Amino acid sequence: MKRRDFLKSVTALTAASAVSAPAVWSPAKAQSRQETLLIVSESGPNNLDIHGVGTNVPGYEASWNCYDRLISHEMKTDANGTPYYDKNKFKPELAEDMNIGDMSVTFKLRKDAVFQDGTPVTANDVKWSLDRAVTVGGFPTFQMSAGSLTKPEQFAVVDDHTFRVDFLKKDRLTVPDLAVIVPCVINSQLVKSKATEQDPWGLEYTKLNTAGSGAYKVTNWTAGSQVVFERNDNWKGGPLPKVKRVIWRMVPDAGNRRALLERGDADVSYDLPNKDFAELKTNSKLAIVSTPYSNGIQYLGMNVQNPPFNDLKVRQAIAYAIPYQKIMDAVMYGLAKPMFGAPADAPIEVAWPQPHKFNTDLDKAKQLLASSGASSINVPLSFDLGFAGVNEPIAVLIQESLAQIGVTTTINKVPGANWRTELNKKTMPLFENVFSGWLDYPEYFFYWCYHSGKSIFNTMDYQSPAMDAFIDGARTAAANGDTAAYDKDVKGMVDLAFTDIPRIPLYQPYVNVAMQKNISGYEYWFHRRLDYRAFAKG
Amino acid sequence: MLTMILKRAGMAIPSLIGVVIVTFLLTRALPGDPAAYFAGPAATPQAIEQVRVKLGLDKSLIAQFGNYVVDLAHGNFGTSLTTGQPVVSELITRLPASAELTLLGLLVSIIIAVPLGILAATKPNSLIDHACRIATTLGVSLPVFFTGLILVYVFYYQLGWAPAPLGRIDVFFDPPPAYTGFYLIDSLIAGQPETFMAALKQLILPALTLGIFSLAPIARMTRASMLAVLSSDFVRTARASGLASYTVIVTYAFRNAMLPVITTLGMVFSFLLGANVLVEKVFAWPGIGSYAVEALLASDFAPVQGFVLTMAVMYVALNLLIDVLYGVIDPRVRLEA
Repeated sequence: MKRRDFLKSVTALTAASAVSAPAVWSPAKAQSRQETLLIVSESGPNNLDIHGVGTNVPGYEASWNCYDRLISHEMKTDANGTPYYDKNKFKPELAEDMNIGDMSVTFKLRKDAVFQDGTPVTANDVKWSLDRAVTVGGFPTFQMSAGSLTKPEQFAVVDDHTFRVDFLKKDRLTVPDLAVIVPCVINSQLVKSKATEQDPWGLEYTKLNTAGSGAYKVTNWTAGSQVVFERNDNWKGGPLPKVKRVIWRMVPDAGNRRALLERGDADVSYDLPNKDFAELKTNSKLAIVSTPYSNGIQYLGMNVQNPPFNDLKVRQAIAYAIPYQKIMDAVMYGLAKPMFGAPADAPIEVAWPQPHKFNTDLDKAKQLLASSGASSINVPLSFDLGFAGVNEPIAVLIQESLAQIGVTTTINKVPGANWRTELNKKTMPLFENVFSGWLDYPEYFFYWCYHSGKSIFNTMDYQSPAMDAFIDGARTAAANGDTAAYDKDVKGMVDLAFTDIPRIPLYQPYVNVAMQKNISGYEYWFHRRLDYRAFAKG
Repeated sequence: MLTMILKRAGMAIPSLIGVVIVTFLLTRALPGDPAAYFAGPAATPQAIEQVRVKLGLDKSLIAQFGNYVVDLAHGNFGTSLTTGQPVVSELITRLPASAELTLLGLLVSIIIAVPLGILAATKPNSLIDHACRIATTLGVSLPVFFTGLILVYVFYYQLGWAPAPLGRIDVFFDPPPAYTGFYLIDSLIAGQPETFMAALKQLILPALTLGIFSLAPIARMTRASMLAVLSSDFVRTARASGLASYTVIVTYAFRNAMLPVITTLGMVFSFLLGANVLVEKVFAWPGIGSYAVEALLASDFAPVQGFVLTMAVMYVALNLLIDVLYGVIDPRVRLEA
């Protein structure tokens, strides 16, 4: 090549690259940009199938968008104008009709629904999928059992398009439990053909491939880096989604996620630090939606079986020594709903979560502590390092405040991988934790968190026959539709939880989602992940 | 030469066996219970037990080690639980990402550091020497994630010159067909100049970050080694014979000063490869460093073992390469061997 030609070609190359250089989206890609939703978040799925071994929470999002359930929920609007799932109203998804009998529920399936490979969806697929959910063990089986769905014999194929679920016992949670993520309907013929002797349910196949009839399918998944969803134009479960393609990128650094949003390169992100959300809210470049976790509470738990917290007065003293408002301001930046400081004369309501009546009152705390038998308390205060962004500053504030009433604490950071093990042992004397239930019913929360059964979420090891009676009573009353008895029992359990105070509710966390202003259609769901089907752009 | 290579390779075998045993034991000694972790947030003790059996973690340590060695012999590194993929395939896709970034970072560093070191050595205590000292001190004392975030802030967020820090390639570009796994090379092989430019743009900031960080050892080593050589007799002879200053410094002095620089380069490269975790985090780079750290945080044994083993093999290979390079650069080494 001659020198002059070379120079020419170099100039041409520079000019060409200069045209496309400044924007992330070159003009040729503008069309696809318009039809694509770019989501950035800290972590991504480890499994596309919620029935898989150890599927993580981001994996639920993939399952929710790629599979259909028999039924789903209608939308309503919450106090802030955000579309919010209506826990009491169901809408058909794969079913076109639901008929609840005394001891069973019968579904008529849509005749036109097909899986993404074109196979029609039949009642056999539904049975196979629900059998799988109650059999594979681990989380899916546990979730099914929360609605008294435990045996394959409960699921009956009446004909190709009629399916029946028999109740083991009356339980008001059975039907809602059929609308959560777990009872998704899988293409049984396809997955059976991939199953092996060691893996009879084909979990290895569905881990990497979506095999549903849902609105989206995963077309590319690079673990830890990105997931690409394409719309299934043949979807019958609802109106065709507007977004053709969803690209979900993992961006580990929170600062960069914010930069991507502010520069307009990313469309949606939902796990920024509270401080960033609070700042983004004020500068109004982006649309920020904050919704309280349904049925979820961040709390400080105390092990009530061992000293010093087996003494009610010590627990009350601690409850009066928590710097509630400081936590709201300095850690949450106001992005949480206070669960403390209800007026002294406020009646207990038939609702959960609701605030308790404790406030920060160090004098009262000192008095209570002095009148208790305990002396020189020195305990570790533990938290999950996986959520250190919130947990650590709260622990420091509590430590500082407790020191003022003479309670010494040492902060114990537990690695995320270890946290479940530590909780399961039920030996940590003082700890921070968060719990939220998919099913939004008070008795559901209390059953997992306060009942003396073996639930791992009764992290305080709280054992109270009176509490058990309230919870069991409420569950029975709910199943039988006895409102008066139900209200009495719910009030009873809430009241007891606040008087006995084995765990101190701090606040109800918010789900914060930041979006570009041209993005609409965000919906709040009980699982708190994104539903791509309603999103629209432009 | 060949016998030397074989001999060196043979010497690596005991260290590799040691690495296999130590990583196995170390990962088992990690705090945390993978079964509890992967049983999910709502697991009962029975569910955790089921997961434990599924993962084979209920067996004795010796039985687990036996399984591990047998799998290794079949080229099976196990499956990562956090990402759900076989470790081998993930390492194969992620290693080129890290290597491409590290090599480019090293190249940036060499281009800046070697001339800087030579200049500083030829004019000790001059302005350029002090500039070199300041630049290297800054480079090594600023944490890489900090440098990275600053670069992103200035060049992406404020100026908008750099592309979004979203990994190896723009979201709307398809990666080039995989021949080597290096996007720059693959896109050239496939004849896609647009893809090449897109990949290069993504690489500039992270490579610069790594380059700045590794300036110090290379520049300092070049300077020290050049100083020693420049004061030696043969350089004085060359100068006395009236050779041009350029010939003296580059042809005679620099070649002789290269041995310690090469050693440093090898060290810096292997160090960067493992230590660019932070850069990978800042730029959402799908490399092996972030892969290993995420696995470590989740008590995910297989990827950690796979990572350590891969790194061990790479260290051995790198050392071998450097030894061979020594022979090429300095015939005396070859003769002694």
